[in-house]
Amino acid sequence: MQTAVTILIDGLTYASWLFIVALGLTLVFGVLKILNIAHGSFYALGAYAAASFVSWAAALKWAPAFSIVAMMLAALAVAVVVAPLTERALLRFFYGRDEVLLVLVTYALFLIMEDLFKLVWGTNPYYVSEPYALFGNVSFGRQTWVGYDFALVALAVVVGLAVWWVLNRTKAGKVTLAVIHSAEVASSMGVDVSRVYIAAFSVGIFLAALGGAFTAPMISVQPGVSVGVIIVSFAVVIIGGLGSIQGAAVGALIVGLARSFAVHVAPVAELFSIYVVMAVVLMFRPEGLFQRTQARRI
Amino acid sequence: MGTPSSLPVAAATAAPTRDRAGGAGWRHVAAAVGAFVLLTGLGAVAPKWLTFLMTMAAGNGLVSLGIVCLMRGGVVPFGQGMVFAIGGYAAALFYNRLGFTDAIGLALAGGVAAVLIAAPFAPLLSRYRGIFFAMLTLALSMVTYGLLMKLDTFGGSDGFNLGRPTLLGMKLPDDKVGFILFLVTAGFAVVMAALARIYFDSTRGLVTLAARENELRVEYLGGSVRQAMAINFVLAAFCGGLGGALVVMALGHIEPNFSFWTTSGEFVFVAILAGWHSVVAVFVASTVLEVVRSFSSSYFPNTWQLALGIFLLLVIRFLPKGIGSLWHRERK
Repeated sequence: MQTAVTILIDGLTYASWLFIVALGLTLVFGVLKILNIAHGSFYALGAYAAASFVSWAAALKWAPAFSIVAMMLAALAVAVVVAPLTERALLRFFYGRDEVLLVLVTYALFLIMEDLFKLVWGTNPYYVSEPYALFGNVSFGRQTWVGYDFALVALAVVVGLAVWWVLNRTKAGKVTLAVIHSAEVASSMGVDVSRVYIAAFSVGIFLAALGGAFTAPMISVQPGVSVGVIIVSFAVVIIGGLGSIQGAAVGALIVGLARSFAVHVAPVAELFSIYVVMAVVLMFRPEGLFQRTQARRI
Repeated sequence: MGTPSSLPVAAATAAPTRDRAGGAGWRHVAAAVGAFVLLTGLGAVAPKWLTFLMTMAAGNGLVSLGIVCLMRGGVVPFGQGMVFAIGGYAAALFYNRLGFTDAIGLALAGGVAAVLIAAPFAPLLSRYRGIFFAMLTLALSMVTYGLLMKLDTFGGSDGFNLGRPTLLGMKLPDDKVGFILFLVTAGFAVVMAALARIYFDSTRGLVTLAARENELRVEYLGGSVRQAMAINFVLAAFCGGLGGALVVMALGHIEPNFSFWTTSGEFVFVAILAGWHSVVAVFVASTVLEVVRSFSSSYFPNTWQLALGIFLLLVIRFLPKGIGSLWHRERK
């Protein structure tokens, strides 16, 4: 029983940040049709930016509670400055090309960003420990969990609902859905498609950076952070179905619980349990668990 | 859209094509022999570091040759590190556990092991296209990575070492071992390159190319796209396993990172850089990568990936058919 609760809570916290990151990935894929390998790099950028912002906040003598604000600002800065720049200066030249080629473009971006991080932040690890202690500890039975983990779950729920609400209940969201359905028709109806692209890409990157910023207190921020994240988030969006919000949520839960189950019950299987799930889903339902099957267009 | 001539050349006029392919086949054999003689001369006079670099370029190039084989059909595998690792581990296990040390035998064992493990997935993968093909191969390579990391039989995350191989019963002397391994690797590379060229120009190779243009048309003309894709996948696995075994013999060490996705990414990088038109371009591109890697990692350790990334972007933007398209034109 105790183990079951531990698996559940660990799985849930792991799934939360994974959901935030994967939601950005699935949004960018849905709108721009780009499976972004560099998404992991934007995640890392969020973590690095959070490390810098939190230390600046400390230098400015902000109260510790404001370190959360500093982390939000870090993610926002990445989304406002770096994302539109990347979209305008790089991605727009490749729209309409083969999907696999676009994956390679983002792979190139991933390589470039890996080295830029080393140039800007060096190779030594950064630690952002202040925010982690902010929420105290929570006790269930004999075991104690860090409150920050639960704050992360709450953040994931809020972010998921917000994205769903914007897409389905606002005009901007409806326009985005129209572009997802057919960019050409939307454009002929007077929608400025390139603006939608910039906005969607920026929101997607904001989510990656937000995930990175809020994970920063739980890890040491150093080169290699992006490499591990990207394939796990690929697994999440593939399991749930590319371009689906609900799919990303369920995919994140499946991956989070599978990993947590493996960690506590069969540590040997930790690494590949996620990839086995991904491979099996791809084999039997390549369009994801929650997408309707479509006839292949040749 | 596609050139309608590509398939009728293959199907309707098979006999004259075979004659031409036969003549061209001998030309390819002659070119391969010439290339091998040239490489032997180069390896004999080159300093040790350059011989090693060329060995790595040829071994890694074989893996990318397999990717090009698939790319001709319009699919790009993102998990070719899997067969690369299987080939490498097979060679290392044969050497350490069975005491089998012959370099040529180990290389072939690597290729065959990769085929045996990859082949059951070939019929499944032949149904996939585009991003799903890339992702499924990626997932399979990451499963392999996870297994290799955790299984103690395979040395866990540290991997294990492999001693010096022999060649046809002879021990390799200290001062010649690098050169001889280079000859073995270069030999396999030119043989596989020539065979690949002959295969690409054969009827089945042209069916692959036609499938890239329009699958439905190929099916209506009686060709089987899935069969062609499955065969290409198995051939690519053989090339990958062969390359893995040869690289491991040159390095003397293997670890699970051989199957990690960044390794696969580098092979795709080389394949994209080369393009699918020319087999020679694959090895040129592989050499370019090795040269950039070895020079930058000693002089600019923190910017070499940056240079690679920019280079890749420029190639995709301005030379979308790869460097091979600079000197090679597909026969219409």
